[in-house]
Amino acid sequence: MLPKLSGEQVLEQLRLAIVIRRFEEELIKLAGSRDIGHFHVYIGQEMTGVPALYLLERGDLSFTTHRNHGHLLARGVPASQMYAEILGKETGMMGGRGGTLHLCSMEHGFPTTSSAVGGATPLATGAAFGFQRLGQDRVSVCLFGDGALEEGSWHESINIAAMEKLPVIYLCENNSLEALGQKAGEYPSSTLAAVDLIDLVTPFGVPTIQIDGCDAGAVHAAMGEALHRARSGGGATFIEARTVRWPGNRPIWPELSTGETNFAMAWDSSLVPTEYREWHAEQDAVLRFIREILAEGLIEPEAILAMDAEVSAEMKEAVEFALASNYPPAAAAMEKVLA
Amino acid sequence: MAETRYINGIQQALLEEMADDSTIRVMGEDVTFGGPFGATKGLVEAYGESRVINTPISEATIVGMAVGAAITGLRPVLEIMFVDFITLGMDQLVNHAAKLHYMTGGQLEVPLTIRATCGVGGGYGAHHSQSLEAWFSHVPGLKVVAPYTPADAKALLKSSIRDNNTVLFLEHRGLYWTRGEELAEHEQVALGEAVVRRAGKDITILGVSKMVGTALKAAEQLAEHGIEAEVIDPRTLAPLDLDTIVSSVKRTGHLVIAHEAVETGGIGAEIAARVQEAAFNELAAPVMRVGAPFSPVPTSIALEKEFVPGPEQVIEAVRRSIAYNRVA
Repeated sequence: MLPKLSGEQVLEQLRLAIVIRRFEEELIKLAGSRDIGHFHVYIGQEMTGVPALYLLERGDLSFTTHRNHGHLLARGVPASQMYAEILGKETGMMGGRGGTLHLCSMEHGFPTTSSAVGGATPLATGAAFGFQRLGQDRVSVCLFGDGALEEGSWHESINIAAMEKLPVIYLCENNSLEALGQKAGEYPSSTLAAVDLIDLVTPFGVPTIQIDGCDAGAVHAAMGEALHRARSGGGATFIEARTVRWPGNRPIWPELSTGETNFAMAWDSSLVPTEYREWHAEQDAVLRFIREILAEGLIEPEAILAMDAEVSAEMKEAVEFALASNYPPAAAAMEKVLA
Repeated sequence: MAETRYINGIQQALLEEMADDSTIRVMGEDVTFGGPFGATKGLVEAYGESRVINTPISEATIVGMAVGAAITGLRPVLEIMFVDFITLGMDQLVNHAAKLHYMTGGQLEVPLTIRATCGVGGGYGAHHSQSLEAWFSHVPGLKVVAPYTPADAKALLKSSIRDNNTVLFLEHRGLYWTRGEELAEHEQVALGEAVVRRAGKDITILGVSKMVGTALKAAEQLAEHGIEAEVIDPRTLAPLDLDTIVSSVKRTGHLVIAHEAVETGGIGAEIAARVQEAAFNELAAPVMRVGAPFSPVPTSIALEKEFVPGPEQVIEAVRRSIAYNRVA
């Protein structure tokens, strides 16, 4: 289902999804030729992050987790600065002090990435508390994976959000399901006794929405509802967006196991390879989004390829920018320890 | 000059700062009731429940919540009832509050003050009596304050609240009802400034928090035996005013550091190391440390007395320092 937006806006979301896909693919290729440290990619979850964050307004804040690249790109953070930050260059958003695990851009509403699993939930809850007590019509969004629900602070946070009716949205991207070995209807979460994640929320009285995180329209509708509730004084919402784990995320170090995405697979099934057939034919959320867009006749396949070519060139340029940038001077290591 | 109690200094600082700055929120467990010792008494009557907020017993989250609120423009003053409980909030304190300014390349500031009761007294036992200042001082990005007098409690709490960093403000429970001169109107004390509490030429004694009093008692007794000790109260442990300490040591040639925290890995070890680097040639003896033994804080009042070093231990360390024969 497509988001209930204008055709132009839907195509804007498509472009953002392609930006994320190509950004991550370029990053994995880059990691093949040099040691850039550990990082996590957002491939497969584009159609959660893009429509979810599309609805935010200037001044809203999103607190994200280690699988963060897609979130920042969805809000328009320049790829060149992100690559530079990931490579530890002085042209990165934080001058190389944070890297992939701590990406932030206040200009785009990202105060920080907490890479301590579950670390962002108290921060996001506190920001919502701040908005409420300062009388600001702002919403705080907490983005996390299913693993964060194993941390105690998450339960403490949602308790406070419920009691104070805070304008916060807890968006859980449940990617605990491997693309391979999936059985129909089975969404187990890694190390939780709870089978259905929203059961954890019910006792706190916070409204829950469970959606297919690969269904852009469902994500759009759920976030719309949650934002309306937050902005109208109705308090918190918990959304579980169920996504499928991209096969390339299975190893500890991401690998381009499904290859660089050929978007033409969306309309030409003869291009779908035998290996990872299920992924390409059914599970890849971006390919699914493209099929839905084509079914609505919003754009011609050739125009999608042209858009992709443009984005791909931009990503390559962004990588070049980052590679050509300088490392920060040694003295920078001791700067900004204290305000 | 009128006298006041330490706890009233804290209460006054909160009342006055809240009047001056509408972004301040006092948060913590039972703060609307005044907290266990009455430090936040009267705040809710003066400023209402929108600015004085009881939180659930969720230290891991309320520390982070205060950080998140600070990012949006509030200036939270969080009470952690006993510093021992901050162990539950260490992820938010150490991984987030302390590092956000740095990791974000300066995009964020975390103007947060965390008040916590520390120290031994009254048989509270191992979960309500620790002195953990060395842990906090070990973390880049945090400031650590430990006032001794009522006037300093007020002045330094005001400075801590106005600071744009995360400040650990450590209040020794045994000081709450001590009396001292009131802070003069408009008088301020900046963070990071030590003070000489007693002048002396023969030896320098540095006391941390309540141990400043122990050091002063020791100094009085030493004076009866012709030893004039200089007593320094660092007031802020991070950043540390090393200049004041070193200039005293260069004059006296001797240094004894006294704190209530266990001696092993205590802040005294760090201060000793820095002083010997800065004044090795002027030192007539090794820097001596006086601290608690390497054990949890016992509960029995009888054992507590043994655990906390008194003036006798300080005097003993002074005598060892002065008697030390340095081989040329």
